[in-house]
Amino acid sequence: MSAPLLQVEKLAVTFRQEGVETTPVRSVSFAIHAGGRVAVVGESGCGKSLTAMSLTRLPPTDRAQLSGKVLFDGTDTLTLNRDGLARVRGHGIAYVFQDPSASLNPVMRVRDQIAECLPGVRRAERLAATVRLLTQTGLPDPARAANAYPCELSGGQQQRVMLAMALAARPKLLVADEPTTALDVTTQRHVLDLIDSLADACQMAVLLITHNLGIVAGRMSRISVMYAGQIVESGAVASVLTQPRHPYTRGLLAAVPLLDAPRNAPLRDIPGTVPSPDAWPAGCAFAPRCPAAQPRCHNLPPPETESDGRQCRCWLEGTACC
Amino acid sequence: MLLNVQDLRVTYRTPGQKPVEAVRGVSFGVDTGGAFGIVGESGCGKSSLARTIIGLQPAAAGVLRFEGHDTGQMDAAAFTRYRRAVQMVFQDAAGSLNPRMTVRQTVEEVLCVHRMCPPGKITGRVSELLDRVGLPETVLDAYPRELSGGQCQRVSFARCLALEPRLIIADEPVSALDVSVQARILNLVRTLQKELDLTLILISHDLAVVRNICDHVAVMRAGVFVENGKASEVFDAPQHPYTRELLAAIPDIARSLSRNQ
Ligand code: SF4
Repeated sequence: MSAPLLQVEKLAVTFRQEGVETTPVRSVSFAIHAGGRVAVVGESGCGKSLTAMSLTRLPPTDRAQLSGKVLFDGTDTLTLNRDGLARVRGHGIAYVFQDPSASLNPVMRVRDQIAECLPGVRRAERLAATVRLLTQTGLPDPARAANAYPCELSGGQQQRVMLAMALAARPKLLVADEPTTALDVTTQRHVLDLIDSLADACQMAVLLITHNLGIVAGRMSRISVMYAGQIVESGAVASVLTQPRHPYTRGLLAAVPLLDAPRNAPLRDIPGTVPSPDAWPAGCAFAPRCPAAQPRCHNLPPPETESDGRQCRCWLEGTACC
Repeated sequence: MLLNVQDLRVTYRTPGQKPVEAVRGVSFGVDTGGAFGIVGESGCGKSSLARTIIGLQPAAAGVLRFEGHDTGQMDAAAFTRYRRAVQMVFQDAAGSLNPRMTVRQTVEEVLCVHRMCPPGKITGRVSELLDRVGLPETVLDAYPRELSGGQCQRVSFARCLALEPRLIIADEPVSALDVSVQARILNLVRTLQKELDLTLILISHDLAVVRNICDHVAVMRAGVFVENGKASEVFDAPQHPYTRELLAAIPDIARSLSRNQ
C-alpha cells in the first residue's frame, strides 16, 4: 500500500499554565490514506478535538508544546513555520466545526467570506466560483445564499456554506469536528450524505470527530476510540462495533439507546466521569470506571497489542493474545 | 386520564407582522403514570406546545383538561395548584440553574417559596430529594459551575420534584450530554417515573430515546401531529412518510451495520 496521506505518530499535546503541566493528548498514533474515512470517537474531554486541532496547530494547540510526528503528504507539520502551516491549512487540511454560526463572520455576506478562501481566483470570476461551490453543496438557491448574511440562513444551510469554504481550496483531507451535532436528524443526514459524496467526487479523505457511534457505523471505514488522551481501541468500523474488545468501547456501545431494543430495557451506563488531564490515573486510565479492572490495572498502564488488524490497550486483551 | 388536550392552537402575534401559528390544532391524552413522547425537529412547535401546557404561553384556542378540569375555567387558586403539579425540565440544565446559588439553596428556595414543607423539615427534605436523583450529599454546597452536565440535570430534577408534581415535561433532557451520562439520566427518569408514579411527557428529536422510555408517541411537524399512537406501532409500522423519513435519518448503530453487511 502507498504511504498514507496523514500519519500521526506518538502525538502528544502538553499545556503549561501557571507552572502546571498537563498532557491532554498523549501518544496518539493513527493513519489516513488518500480518500479514506476515519472516525475518532469518545466522550467529551478525551482529547479528540485537540488531536484534530493539533494537526495544523489551530488554537488552542498553538499555545501547546507538541511532540511526535504529524506527517501530512510527507511533511511533518509539527516542524513547519507559520507560512508552511498556512499553506497546509489552505490547501491540504480543511476543517468544519460543530457550530457554523460561530465560525462564520456575522457581518459579512456569504460570497465575501467564500471569496476569501479563493485567493488564486481572479476577482471577476470569484462570484461565479462561489456560486459553483455553493451549488456543489446542494444549497437550494445558491445565488441568493451567496448574497445572504449568515443569520439569514438556517443551521443546515450555514453548515453547507462552511463546507463550501472548506472545499474552496480543494483540500486533501477534511477534518469534520462534530459537524452535525447541532442539527436536526434529517438535516444531519443530508449534511453527512453531502460530505460523503463530495469526498468521493473530490477524492478527499475525511477525519470525523464525533461522539455519535451511529454516524460512524454507517459511513466511516476505520474507527479510533479515544479515552483520557489515548487511543484505546482502533480497527475497521464493522469489526470494532460488532466485536468491541476494550471495556470502554463496550461501555459506550451499551449506553446508546437502540431503535430496535425493547422498551424499558435499562441502558447500561459507564459509572464515573472522564478524569481531567491533571489527574490521569497511574495505571490504565479507564481502571477507576472499568467493570473488568484487576489489581494490576490500577498500577501499570496496559501496553497496546495488535491482532487481526486491530489495536487495543487493555490488560485483558494482552493476556488473551499470549 | 391525567391530561387531555383538545384541538389546541398556539399563535404568536407581533404587531405589524403576520401572526405565526406555532401549534395548529393538536389533540392527545396522557394516562396517569404514562410516558408520552413528542418527536419533531426544530421549529415544529413542540416547545410551544410544552410552554402552553405548563401555562407559560396562552393558547389561542382549544381545551386543556387536567384531571378532568378545564384549565381555562380554573380560578386563580386552582390554576396555581395546576402550575405546581405540572413541571418542566429543560435541555440546558446548567443554564436553567441560578449560577449564584448552591445546590442546597436552589432546592431550599423552591421548598420555601412554595411552602412545600414546614421550615424545620427543609434540611431533611433536601437530603431526601438529592438521594432520589442520585446526587451525593457532597455536592450540597457546590455551585452549578462546579458540577458536570449530568449533575446539573439531576439538580434540575430535584428542584422539580420538590414541588411534588404529577406531570413532568422533559424537553430534550439528555441531548446535551455524553452518551454514558445520557444513559444514566434516562435510567433516572425511568426510575423516578416508576417509584413516584409520575406521568411524563418527553420531548426529543432522538427517536431512540423516545422509544426507550415512552409507551405512546406523537410525531409533530409544522404545528400538527402527523402521526400519534402506541410507540410500538408508530416505530414498527410508521404510517406517515415524515415518520418514515425521521426513522430513516436516525443514525442507529445496529441498523447501519446490518444495512452495510
Ligand atoms: S486494562 Fe484493566 S482497567 Fe483498563 S480497560 Fe483493561 S481491564 Fe479495564
